[in-house]
Amino acid sequence: MTHQVVPVRAYVAVFLALIILTITTVVVSRIELGEYNFIVAITIAVIKAVLVILFFMHVKQSSSMTKLFVGAGFFWMAILLVFILSDYFSRGWLPGATWWRS
Amino acid sequence: MWAAPSRWGWLNLLTPKGLFAHDTYNKLFTMHGIIMVFFFLVPSIPATLGNFLVPPMVGARDLAFPRINLLSWYIYIVGGIFAITAIVRGGVDTGWTFYAPFSSTYSNTHVILAAIGVFVSGFSSILTGLNFIVTVHKMRAPGMTWSRLPLFVWAHYATSLIQVLGTPVIAITIVLLGMERVLHAGIFDPALGGDPILFQHLFWFYSHPAVYIMILPGMGVISEIVACFSRKSIFGYGFVAFSSVAIAVLGFLVWGHHLFVAGQSMYASMVFSFISFLVAVPSAIKVFNWTATMYRGSVSYDTPMLYAFGFIGLFTIGGLTGLFLATMAVDVHVTDTYFVIAHFHYVMVGGMVMAYLGGVHFWFPKITGRLYPEGWAKFAALVVFVGFNLTFFPQFVLGYLGMPRRYAAYADEFQILNVMSTAGASILGVGYLIPMIYLAWAWRYGPKSPQNPWGAKGLEWEQSPTPPPTFNFDVPPVMNEPAYNYSGEEKEVEIGR
Ligand code: HEM
Ligand SMILES: [Cu+2]
Repeated sequence: MTHQVVPVRAYVAVFLALIILTITTVVVSRIELGEYNFIVAITIAVIKAVLVILFFMHVKQSSSMTKLFVGAGFFWMAILLVFILSDYFSRGWLPGATWWRS
Repeated sequence: MWAAPSRWGWLNLLTPKGLFAHDTYNKLFTMHGIIMVFFFLVPSIPATLGNFLVPPMVGARDLAFPRINLLSWYIYIVGGIFAITAIVRGGVDTGWTFYAPFSSTYSNTHVILAAIGVFVSGFSSILTGLNFIVTVHKMRAPGMTWSRLPLFVWAHYATSLIQVLGTPVIAITIVLLGMERVLHAGIFDPALGGDPILFQHLFWFYSHPAVYIMILPGMGVISEIVACFSRKSIFGYGFVAFSSVAIAVLGFLVWGHHLFVAGQSMYASMVFSFISFLVAVPSAIKVFNWTATMYRGSVSYDTPMLYAFGFIGLFTIGGLTGLFLATMAVDVHVTDTYFVIAHFHYVMVGGMVMAYLGGVHFWFPKITGRLYPEGWAKFAALVVFVGFNLTFFPQFVLGYLGMPRRYAAYADEFQILNVMSTAGASILGVGYLIPMIYLAWAWRYGPKSPQNPWGAKGLEWEQSPTPPPTFNFDVPPVMNEPAYNYSGEEKEVEIGR
């Protein structure tokens, strides 16, 4: 368990980045961008999550086995989303397949 | 005791009109399902045999995180208290599947209490999985390479992966359910703008893999028993080991086979159906490899082996009928009938519970240092097998003829088969009672067991004294031969380091 020491400066930088991103989220939500509001909000949220995982949770300095497990977690979430969405996207494809809507 | 809820249910179905009030029947089968799935089958083998045996099998003094192990036990108790409170306060009537919007909007029973119980006990499951994964990676004794790991450990490793990757999703699903029920957030209920099929997607993303949480440890037990009582190395060790991992991974891609008639898109159903067929391949690999292991082995018929025979036959029937159900057109006919009930009881009771009993008998001398009465044990194994088939085989017929599940009453023409089923359940109950009695007796009064009564291979049998002290080994063991080296061969498969 040898941890490289992360300089305090790095933590402060990440912290500031998180704060700035949070403020950005709030500000952007007040601007009318139509459906892009959603995209911006999600993108910022993902960036923040990645920062926390890499720096605060030390995954950046961890072994490749740890990285593999972190990656697997996200891959599994992708499985969940992709397969569920494949259902939603293809529901209308079959002619007459909308009986449940009536 | 655990068989009790189902037995009340069967008693009910003795007569066409049913013996209980209908909403009581709904609560009975719901309680039965919740307790059996979340509080018995999921933790059964990992929490008992797994916790006890994984460390000595890999040559470790304990699991990687002993305190987390204890925490997992406490969490399980807390979850259990919630579930029992739900029962005592009047029960739940949603079925173990908690389908929305009935569970979120319409049911006026204790859904939230039961759901919290499931939610909490899920963390116990995650922590156990985490502990096993780290233990297998970090605590193996010198010489215990991945290709020498007992298949019991491989099976637990695969199970742990599912627990860690899948359980969070059921937790999230339950939280969403609670948000809709308490705060009326529109997530699943169409009246609030939600989508009920989304609930089924989220629920089965966990719960299909969960059926493999329930069966994989059992498969691990069977691999150990078959090798030992055939006096042969497992045929195709590498295939059996990797098929556990393949089942764990593929098992996450098939959940849509529970949604064929729910309004899921036909195209998605086709993909899910196809992958469901694929997942049968690794399961079949195991069955064929066990059979091939027995071929030309010197097979002996001790009690654990009897249970292993039961497992192989019954699991095969259960797995094959799973393929019937995974066929979209056939499923339309038999979904939500007793055919489904028979299918999953063949895998869960015929498979997992058989494996559990087999494992308990196999390692009983190791765990207690005593021997059980072999005659009684063989007799009980036979009673269990007969009782099981009499209980559940008629249900295949009932389902095929169209008797729906989850009804407190049925058409008169179904009575004969239902009476057979209830009679079988009574025999099965006796079959479970006998081992409880003689095992409890043998624990105190049984004759002292020799160090390795079966002449089995594996570090857990080399560890002495029996029963093991708290930290298993005084001197760290070294593994210096291939796994299952019953024939003394030097040949070895290579998996990783
Ligand atoms: C060869 C592998 C398997 C396949 C292809 C398969 C397929 C299926 C399908 C398609 C259904 C849905 C039936 C319906 O509701 O119409 C089903 C239900 C079920 N299966 Fe399996 N199965 C397999 C193995 C297992 C195993 C190993 C277990 C448990 C240890 C299991 C437990 C269940 C349960 C509990 C249900 C019913 C869930 C419910 O609606 O309450 N299955 N299976
Ligand atoms: Cu399934």
